[in-house]
Amino acid sequence: MPSIDPQGRAIISFAGVSKIFPARNDSAEVAAVDNIDLEVPEGAIVGVIGKSGAGKSTLIRLINGLEQPTSGHVHVDGLDIGAMDERSLRHARRSIGMIFQHFNLLSSRTAFDNIALPLEIAGVGRRDIPGIVGPLLDMVGLADKRDRYPAELSGGQKQRVGIARALATKPKVLLSDEATSALDPETTSQILSLLKQINAELNLTILFITHEMSVVKKLADRVAVMEGGRIVEQGTTYEIFANPHHETTKRFVGEVTGGNVPEWLQAKLQPAYAPGMQAVIRIAFTGADADEPVLSRLTRAYNVDFNIMHGQIEYVAGQPFGTLITSVAADTQLLERLIAELTSTRNHVEHLGYVA
Amino acid sequence: MSPELLSLIAWSTLDTLTMVALAGSFGTLLGLPLGVFLATSRANELFPAPNVNRVLGLVVNATRSTPFIILVVAIVPLTRLIAGTSIGTRAAVVPLTIAAIPFIARVIEGAIREVDQGLVEAARAFGASPLQIVQKVLLPEALPAVTLALTLAIVSLIGYSAMVGAVGGGGLGDLGIRYGYQRFMPEVMATVVVVLIVLVQGVQTIGDRLSRRLDKRNRNS
Repeated sequence: MPSIDPQGRAIISFAGVSKIFPARNDSAEVAAVDNIDLEVPEGAIVGVIGKSGAGKSTLIRLINGLEQPTSGHVHVDGLDIGAMDERSLRHARRSIGMIFQHFNLLSSRTAFDNIALPLEIAGVGRRDIPGIVGPLLDMVGLADKRDRYPAELSGGQKQRVGIARALATKPKVLLSDEATSALDPETTSQILSLLKQINAELNLTILFITHEMSVVKKLADRVAVMEGGRIVEQGTTYEIFANPHHETTKRFVGEVTGGNVPEWLQAKLQPAYAPGMQAVIRIAFTGADADEPVLSRLTRAYNVDFNIMHGQIEYVAGQPFGTLITSVAADTQLLERLIAELTSTRNHVEHLGYVA
Repeated sequence: MSPELLSLIAWSTLDTLTMVALAGSFGTLLGLPLGVFLATSRANELFPAPNVNRVLGLVVNATRSTPFIILVVAIVPLTRLIAGTSIGTRAAVVPLTIAAIPFIARVIEGAIREVDQGLVEAARAFGASPLQIVQKVLLPEALPAVTLALTLAIVSLIGYSAMVGAVGGGGLGDLGIRYGYQRFMPEVMATVVVVLIVLVQGVQTIGDRLSRRLDKRNRNS
């Protein structure tokens, strides 16, 4: 269900939106986007995460009308994108910037001229263009590269040009289509910082799609998880990290929090208890509880030993967030009581199985 | 070689250049838009008109598969209509142009289709109209390839122009046939061949250089 964020009105909203691609000779009909409700509050950074084929590319293209919905309505800043004719849609697109995984810069134009392209398209006079492009080059830190062609720039620099180009027409919304997926981790981190800075300075709403949870962790205020054309879970980034419900979400979160069971352990896990075996549990410590000595307390109270097998502490949205996979010599009865104790302190506990 | 012969060779070279230049210009004038249209008019493209695309494609293929010498003879009435005569250098420009249009259209289509579709998508996302996309994205991005394509077309036209001698068009080919072959003057034949080789080499070299200068994709700074 869409939750309207109290901090601002929704600048992008999806209401019951589906996009169905008709069957072709070699493939069946596909619902790339299946009855989606989503609201993006003004000024927020919202991430949509999903594997390839989850429908996120179609979702982002519905926002600027590169795809038209089969049913439902997509509103951007009050305009019903699906109901517009081509001409007014072209006009509306000027207030929706977009950046791309492969940058999509014109090889025949310099950095300066690439950034000028949307302005030329919008009919801005030749004489007014330098006054707009210059400050944008400064903003993305490429003032010294203005006359360079894309082939002379690094991946990160190309994406900076892409960002400047997307901002040239002073959009209200920036769409990011896997903008860091072709970049190395360090460059990714710099580009994400730049996006955060732009969001803060210009109060620009950003909606991005990605398949990397680490990007969501660094950038997003809110996140929606997509699978098979549907949003299976959404919430604030911290909520999603602290308490993922859907299997897909858990897997994505596990990627960055160490919550995913390591392979060596997975291989040894058995579903049924036999005498002499140890129970394996995964504990997610969140927020205030992250620093409580809960395991020591249980060790004393029940006279059991916790054997730590795997663990990690991360910071999500500035709050500590830890995951621990531990085994304990406990039969079914004792295990239930331990889990109850752990859960009572707002930790999330999951029983994974047994090891010999 | 006598001064008369040398001057004959010079004039024939000029005739060839004139024919190629005129046919190349008219051919580009008509072939370029046709090529752009062929490259952008399939279903879901910028100017979707799949049926027109198919018909034009057929016409282009038909013209291209007709041997040039047959084309020259077949369109004599059209040639007379346009040039006012069916013999001579001026008349030869008509069949050369007719042959050049589909050739140029196809090579330009190929050059335009090479342009990364991501650039088209980006331009659409910035609110560009289909015409703006052609103007500001497709043509500038395809320019190096278009230059090579036109070079190829001109080289082919030089070859074709040697054939129009058969119907009374002037030029080097005509000279080679009449003097070199019919009058058994091997030195004229040899000279004609050498001049043609030099022309083709020159055109190709200029085209390659120009294309490389226009291509900003592989700059090593």
